[in-house]
Amino acid sequence: MSGDNFGMQTASGHLNVPGESKEPYAEDVLAQLHADAEQVVARYPQKRSALLPLLHLVQSVDGYVTGRGIDFCAEVLDLTTAEVSGVATFYTQYKRHPNGEFTVGVCTNTLCAIMGGDQIWDEVSEHLGIGHDETTPDGKITLERVECNAACDYAPVVMANWEFFDNQTPQSTKQLVDDLRSGKTVAPTRGPARVCSFKQVSRVLAGFHDGLADEGVGAGPSSLEGLRVARDHNWTAPSGQETSGEGRGTGRTEELAPGRHSSTDAPSNAADEQAGDKPAEGK
Amino acid sequence: MTPVATTLTPILTKFWDDPQSWTLETYEKNEGYQALKKALGMKPADLVQMTKDSGLRGRGGAGFPTGMKWGFLPPPDGGPRYLVVNADESEPGTCKDIPLMMAAPQFLIEGCVITSFAIGCNHAFIYLRGEVVHVYRRLLRAVEEAYAAGHLGKNIHGSGFDLDITVHAGAGAYICGEETALLDSLEGRRGQPRLKPPFPAVAGLYARPTVVNNVESIASVPPILLHGADWFTGMGTEKSQGFGIFSLSGHVKRPGQYEAPLGITLRELLDMAGGMRDPNHDLKFWTPGGSSTPLFTDAHLDTPLDFESVAAAGSMLGTRALQIFDDTTCVVRAVDRWTDFYKHESCGKCTPCREGTWWLKQILGRLEHGEGSEEDLDKLLDICDNILGRSFCALGDGATSPITSSIQYFREEYLAHLTNGGCPFDPRESSLFAKEKATA
Repeated sequence: MSGDNFGMQTASGHLNVPGESKEPYAEDVLAQLHADAEQVVARYPQKRSALLPLLHLVQSVDGYVTGRGIDFCAEVLDLTTAEVSGVATFYTQYKRHPNGEFTVGVCTNTLCAIMGGDQIWDEVSEHLGIGHDETTPDGKITLERVECNAACDYAPVVMANWEFFDNQTPQSTKQLVDDLRSGKTVAPTRGPARVCSFKQVSRVLAGFHDGLADEGVGAGPSSLEGLRVARDHNWTAPSGQETSGEGRGTGRTEELAPGRHSSTDAPSNAADEQAGDKPAEGK
Repeated sequence: MTPVATTLTPILTKFWDDPQSWTLETYEKNEGYQALKKALGMKPADLVQMTKDSGLRGRGGAGFPTGMKWGFLPPPDGGPRYLVVNADESEPGTCKDIPLMMAAPQFLIEGCVITSFAIGCNHAFIYLRGEVVHVYRRLLRAVEEAYAAGHLGKNIHGSGFDLDITVHAGAGAYICGEETALLDSLEGRRGQPRLKPPFPAVAGLYARPTVVNNVESIASVPPILLHGADWFTGMGTEKSQGFGIFSLSGHVKRPGQYEAPLGITLRELLDMAGGMRDPNHDLKFWTPGGSSTPLFTDAHLDTPLDFESVAAAGSMLGTRALQIFDDTTCVVRAVDRWTDFYKHESCGKCTPCREGTWWLKQILGRLEHGEGSEEDLDKLLDICDNILGRSFCALGDGATSPITSSIQYFREEYLAHLTNGGCPFDPRESSLFAKEKATA
């Protein structure tokens, strides 16, 4: 299967950019990049914090992390290009070669895989004739296996440019990629009225709002299941002033859970405040 | 121990079905920002105390008392202090913060303002995973609306308190859910965990005192302040107080988000969710709190889902991510895939995790395909023993959980792969489509 190398750290897994990606930006493009970068940097007390959004910004212009994009980030943030490359290669959303107009990610983490994600992956991969992190010849679709995307109650899940397509089947996902390739307007299950391009979405991820927040639903049906059950039974949280015995669980253990894992983040230092101390005043 | 019938308690989920649930207007119709007005009339120290009194424990997995975390900050020294919200929800099975921020982001924003006021922070950050662009839009919009209404910015409601919030998108790395890796990532570096101590409370973002809290923890602050610590402690169990969102997924009739007091059981939740997907197939195994928490089986249906009871039964409450699998599911396939995930997401900083997860994957892969030998099970346990407690952060620990617990409960099934010369299960049986075909 073409996804067998998923997660492998191979030589080609390192940042390997085509020569043309080092061609300098056109003057107007560069001026706009600098203007945008100034806004991004201004959001943070220390400018290096702007690196992740700036890499998203580079992808919004070039469609992937180019050599010139790395030079640009390094120059704006006073970093070496090696430092920027080191960050760019750590995160899976930064693409190391030209990305398709749409990234289609099939969740093949355990829950989705078992609920049908593996079958979706196999069929869509065969349908498109491409494997993980490969792009269709028309430059439209880059196919990926993605990890858990926090929508397990809608399994199996497919993401298109990081918008949710819930409760997918092999057929619905093949239809999705066909529609995206043919230029149809495609609406995610929970998201705006249409899936934006990879470059447009990258600009949003750089922190530039595209004004689409008010489109789409607040919650999908699974998100509302508990609320629906509560309404059906007339269950509500206790009101403010009374403490209701109802709704109490049955736990009786005496001690705080010890934390089975030794390297979880339970602080070993004692609280620095003592009874009677006056801590943190708001400024 | 007489079980008391537990009922759901919609608080954070209460108005998610409003057609414009994410707007400030909807939020203010539902008690929104009343808690902030109350907070601004209080002493910050009293807010910290109130949070301690409520017994609120971190909703991001570790369950550390939230108010105590705030209290760890050293006394003000005139320099900045930061609140960083961990919105990098990525633990397999966990799907509560993302729908919360999509449906009702103002809970989080109001919680940020109150918390920042309590700890003396003037610049808070929300670190959202980058793979959920519409949630990012909703947060950006929520912050815009809060500024416009005077809930953020300079001299908030005439209190003299200033706060800015920056919503920051990550770029795809599970490890950034670990709080110190998150801080490194927020500083523009590779997301790798830091050595602790110093803890973030002492040297966090930009080496300044920092509180890092989960989304649901911070979103719970406004209702607690508004209704009182006693109201909160009136729900849940003696040591695990309050409510939480329980996320049901997998082979269950109606997967979804169920907001309930801590201490509810899976049997109760399954009942509310319509039972198993197919009544002819029984519950086989499940995770109480994501893939990093040891598996449970049908023997644990009545284990109260609170921190203590789940720990006493050998697992962890984690993020209340209940992934349910019925008897059509091959546990070796499930664990093999989770191990793939940990191998992929190991940041590479420490040797036990980097090398160990790679070898675990090799061995599990061959076992799932009916290759290898019985000694491989001992080898797996031996490698797990060398990762657990010896890795730099909890990612390595988490990688061992599904393996050791599945061998504990399903050793025979591993061996059946060897005698069978391959996986004895048909993967199509466990998918949703198999069911559709059967009923068509």
